[in-house]
Amino acid sequence: MEQKKLAIIATKGTLDWAYPPFILASTAAALGYETQVFFTFYGLQLLKKDVSDLKVSPLGNPGMPMKMPFGPKWFRDINWNIPNAIQAIVPGFESLATALMKQTIKNNGVATIPELRSLCQEAEVKFIACQMTVELFGFSHDDFIPGIEYGGAATFFEFAGESDICLFI
Amino acid sequence: MEFNKELDARGLNCPLPILRTKKTLNEMASGEILRVVATDPGSVKDFAAFAKQTGNELLSSSESGGEFTFYIKKK
Repeated sequence: MEQKKLAIIATKGTLDWAYPPFILASTAAALGYETQVFFTFYGLQLLKKDVSDLKVSPLGNPGMPMKMPFGPKWFRDINWNIPNAIQAIVPGFESLATALMKQTIKNNGVATIPELRSLCQEAEVKFIACQMTVELFGFSHDDFIPGIEYGGAATFFEFAGESDICLFI
Repeated sequence: MEFNKELDARGLNCPLPILRTKKTLNEMASGEILRVVATDPGSVKDFAAFAKQTGNELLSSSESGGEFTFYIKKK
């Protein structure tokens, strides 16, 4: 049987949206798929050497539960409905939400982004950074982890055109 | 059931149990049996799907006291 192929475009640069591309790519590789991820626009943030500054924002994101990752169960079960207007004016609100999310991730035995990313690379998932957006955002190749390639839309289609599954994230 | 190697995936969540299983199977010889213990309830369907897609045989899948045990024979 010919090897199946998965092509992903990763366009988001927040902590929550960092998960889908890396989870799907690493799992596909484990299932025997040849996998490529094309990182463009804000998705480039996911290739930076240091991803500890990735954040998650509850502002304007009504789907995100705000629960505390510590304390007794009744306390952890409370969903803090904080109005957008308040979130927007409290300095550091995003950083606080991110710290709480990271603790929740740890409590649940969910992998960290650097861990999933290196599992992808070990499994020979190919990472391609969009050269146009690297320049547009003023990044340099030194900002990114080693072992990635740089290319454009045509590079993406070369692989995506033959893929069995193609996802835009 | 006898096995050649054991993987403790307790406390790990999707997709780590599958990724660690794949990695461990890579170090084993064809026909050898891997025992995996996990606590992720999603792993029951995931291990069946992993076996089906990779051709490694899922010999048994069972649950006891919130722990899921899988026996996988390497292709």
